Amino acid sequence: MNTVRVLVGTRKGAFVLTSDAKRARWNISGPYFGGWEIYHLKGSPADPQRLYASQSSGWFGQQIQRSNDGGQTWEPVGNKFVYDGVPGTHQWYDGTPHPWEFKRVWHLEPSLTDPDTIYAGVEDAALFHSTDGGQTWQEFPELRGAQGHLWQPGAGGMCLHTVVLDPSHPERIFIAISAAGTFRTDDAGKTWRPMNRGLRSEGIPNPHAEVGHCVHRIAMHPSRPHVLFMQKHWDVMRSSNAGESWHEVSGNLPTDFGFPIEVHAHEPDTIYVVPITSDSEHYPPEGKLRVYRSRTGGNEWEALTQGLPQRDCYVNVLRDAMAVDALDPCGLYFGTTGGQVYGSADAGDSWAPIVRDLPPVLSVEVQTLP
Amino acid sequence: MIRVVLPTHLRTLARIDGEVQLDVEGPATLRAVLDALEACYPMLRGTIRDHVTQRRRAFVRFFACAQDLSHVSPEALLPDAVAIGTEPLLIVGAMAGG
Repeated sequence: MNTVRVLVGTRKGAFVLTSDAKRARWNISGPYFGGWEIYHLKGSPADPQRLYASQSSGWFGQQIQRSNDGGQTWEPVGNKFVYDGVPGTHQWYDGTPHPWEFKRVWHLEPSLTDPDTIYAGVEDAALFHSTDGGQTWQEFPELRGAQGHLWQPGAGGMCLHTVVLDPSHPERIFIAISAAGTFRTDDAGKTWRPMNRGLRSEGIPNPHAEVGHCVHRIAMHPSRPHVLFMQKHWDVMRSSNAGESWHEVSGNLPTDFGFPIEVHAHEPDTIYVVPITSDSEHYPPEGKLRVYRSRTGGNEWEALTQGLPQRDCYVNVLRDAMAVDALDPCGLYFGTTGGQVYGSADAGDSWAPIVRDLPPVLSVEVQTLP
Repeated sequence: MIRVVLPTHLRTLARIDGEVQLDVEGPATLRAVLDALEACYPMLRGTIRDHVTQRRRAFVRFFACAQDLSHVSPEALLPDAVAIGTEPLLIVGAMAGG
């Protein structure tokens, strides 16, 4: 029988939630790395027992932890993230040049095929990778050459928060940066191009600029890697040509501001978002926590509310805090800044809290184990 | 033998119980002690001082013999009581935030 392992990163440690395929009863272990911020942890698709975690602290900086036994034990590996050469400057909030400074790892993306290869998206925005299980890290400096001097931090910092690997094209990687936009390499990181045509952002001098868009998250279904979905600062977007151009699919959403976006494990046109009131009101509209689902790849959305609080709810769901399992029916999970992790074992039709009182949740990932 | 007391989170990270005792060759400077500490516990590299610049991280402090040594040169000699192991060097996470 399959089991499901949900990996939860929080402001004060990591937690591992496990269940059988019914997804009705959960075992909760943790906190691991108690007191540290765990921005993200994720398992290797090539070896599900190999996990990586980004552990950071305002006092003691960045650590990368690695587990070879599914999270029961961990060991610190390399934490030296040094930009290649002289990184120069990007734009600061006030428009002045500001030197690139490493702050933390936001996102870890293990290779689809090699447990020892892993990508790390960092703040200030850059992409690093390791081919020795996280012991040493090298930057892809050419990414910063894609008009990096014009990139500017969003409210959460200038972070590279999304890394999407193309299963049909091993040298193709999509990344997203707040607030620079989406970029793609087709040659394993040697060259990069901005992929922001069709995005419109009111908060920048040229709403259609090639870079400068505050992309919050992008998602892909592995069976259809040329189709991408994006939750932008405002607007839910879709690309049908591997990011060459985007068009809006916000449709009837109550607000198109939000952070995460996810794709159903078995239905490439079924997508999920969590609408948030506005960029200055990071909580659900009307105090009702609603996941919205589109079965048509966008534009037509339905509210999923059963089991979710429908009054007095003012939590947020951060960009890396929603994920799906691979069971049938597909399971869906998300964590909130209020410390709840909700799960649905029926593709979002109904929900129940798995755990209610964790520290603010920064990330949620799911592993479906044989 | 030089004694070093680490903050709780770094003791956990390095799997250390209690104090660290280090043999430091040559003059007992802060740099020499941190070099010896990181050689014994490589996972502490980057947690107390920057990997590249070797500057103290902003929210880390060095205390010994009721003095704040955070702003003295890393090349300055530590107090005699630290050098001979009578008093420990305290590496402290500054009181800031939650």
